[in-house]
Amino acid sequence: MIQHGGFVVFEVRRRRQTKKNITEDLAGYLFMTPTILVMGTFVVLPILYAVYLSLHKVKLLGGIEYDFIGFRNFTRLVDDERVWIALWNTVQYVIIVVPTQTILALILAVTLNSGIRGRNWWRILYFLPTVTSSAVLALIFMWIYNTDGLLNDFLTFLGLPTYNWLGDPQVALKGIMLMNIWSTAPFYMVIYLAALQDIPQTLYEAAELDGANNWQKFIYVTVPLLKPVTFFVIAMGIIGTFQLFDQSYIFSRGTGGPNNSTLTVVLLIYQAVFRNLQIGYASAIAFLLAFLIITISLIQRRFLGSDKPYS
Amino acid sequence: MTGYSINWKPLLYILLTLYAVVTIIPFLWALSASFKPLSEIVSGQANFLPRNFTFDNYKQIFLQEPLFLRWLFNSIVIAVFVTILNLIFNSMAGYALARLRFSGKRFWFFLILAVLAVPAQVTLIPTFLILKAFGWLNSYQGMIVPSMVNATFIFMMRQFFVNFPKELEEAAALDGLTAFGTFWRIVLPLAKPALAAQAVFVFMGSWNNFLLPVVILFDPEMFTLPLGLNTFKGQYISYWNYIMAASMVFTLPTLAIYAFFNRYFIQSVTFTGGKG
Repeated sequence: MIQHGGFVVFEVRRRRQTKKNITEDLAGYLFMTPTILVMGTFVVLPILYAVYLSLHKVKLLGGIEYDFIGFRNFTRLVDDERVWIALWNTVQYVIIVVPTQTILALILAVTLNSGIRGRNWWRILYFLPTVTSSAVLALIFMWIYNTDGLLNDFLTFLGLPTYNWLGDPQVALKGIMLMNIWSTAPFYMVIYLAALQDIPQTLYEAAELDGANNWQKFIYVTVPLLKPVTFFVIAMGIIGTFQLFDQSYIFSRGTGGPNNSTLTVVLLIYQAVFRNLQIGYASAIAFLLAFLIITISLIQRRFLGSDKPYS
Repeated sequence: MTGYSINWKPLLYILLTLYAVVTIIPFLWALSASFKPLSEIVSGQANFLPRNFTFDNYKQIFLQEPLFLRWLFNSIVIAVFVTILNLIFNSMAGYALARLRFSGKRFWFFLILAVLAVPAQVTLIPTFLILKAFGWLNSYQGMIVPSMVNATFIFMMRQFFVNFPKELEEAAALDGLTAFGTFWRIVLPLAKPALAAQAVFVFMGSWNNFLLPVVILFDPEMFTLPLGLNTFKGQYISYWNYIMAASMVFTLPTLAIYAFFNRYFIQSVTFTGGKG
């Protein structure tokens, strides 16, 4: 009897559990439905579609036609001179902008954190470029770099020769670099500032007891403790800089000029689709970009160690 | 060389002031140009205070470019809808992933983490073709629907809800609230700081977005402001007085929002800064 009773109880509990499971599943999927639908349609499906496109020659004339060509879009990448130019421009951009903006952000944050008065006001002011649209910033800087713009006025004032900053292929991309370092560094500065406030004051006091000066405290206490944040800042910086598009597009009116000097990988993708109607080929370039970003992020993870583990 | 004997403070203030000048000059220069006539701008003199102060540039851009107000309106409609929908949907998904037990939860969570790693450029072309198939190019829904959830903020909301006190929900369950009732009436109102941070980011992202509109909007009536501004520049190539006035019209709403809510801007950066 007892055994039988126990069995019944077990059965009831199990039935209750299945019923509870179903209502919990229902609730879970009710909450997830918008995300699943949107991500399914505009992220997962597009990724699969992009794979398909990259293996075809796509004709977009009223309707859409696909000719399977295997990996020819990818092999073509290697022979395309403009792919190499765009890659080199983008890599140059990443190599110069990421370290500069990271170091600048760190210097600004440490300076603001050193018992300065009105810290909040400085921070609000510095953050201004970060909240301004890239389109507006690009226009303002184009005007400053213009042959009769503010930069040349300033050089004339100092008695130095003026220059055609936007017209010279050697210099045009550097103008964009300068602008983006200026507009992005404050964003990372705020992240560093928050992290600096989490460093226990006792560590600095201990270092002082050991006779460390300000510079030594910075190098041996601050920098090592900020390592996880630095990892995050560099990772975000790499992802962001590899995707440079708005500024190049606006500076060069979509051409990537002068003489391809501001042509970036994303601009090349845009041109392949909307100027040359090579949709399959553009998808192949997009995969090349994704491959680069993911590979470099993994290499960075290997060399700089990982971010804090997600809880 | 101990560093104690030297007073560093004045040097630090000088550095901070110099950087503040570097930050603010481009804005002041643009603002001053928007109040100058073209003749003064091309005169080659770097005076920050306009000698012939004028509102003509602002009048002209609204007269010359009747679509300007329309672009402003488009940008507002899109940014507001995108922000509201993101707040609701990302919080729902984040809450489900943090708190609800349902089959396949791990799968969806890892899918969202994977989505974070895929650069938007990969999905851009297919998204363009899918929107074309839906007949949604040049439309509000084409700009809103693909952007109404965001993996980064789903992840952020999940991290936020994981650390949320359980007792409140248990009390709500005892009061007979459904899962959705608990979420809507108890959890969401308490998530205000996270929601504010998210709202700021999503709104700014939508307001300043350039890549998606440049790809899917080509009817000037449907342009958003960044796109309109770029076209405007194309038409008035060396009329920097008009271009700067237009830039200022586009920037002022953002600056106003920033002036009022700068606390949330800063918070939101630290929120996404891996502290969630």
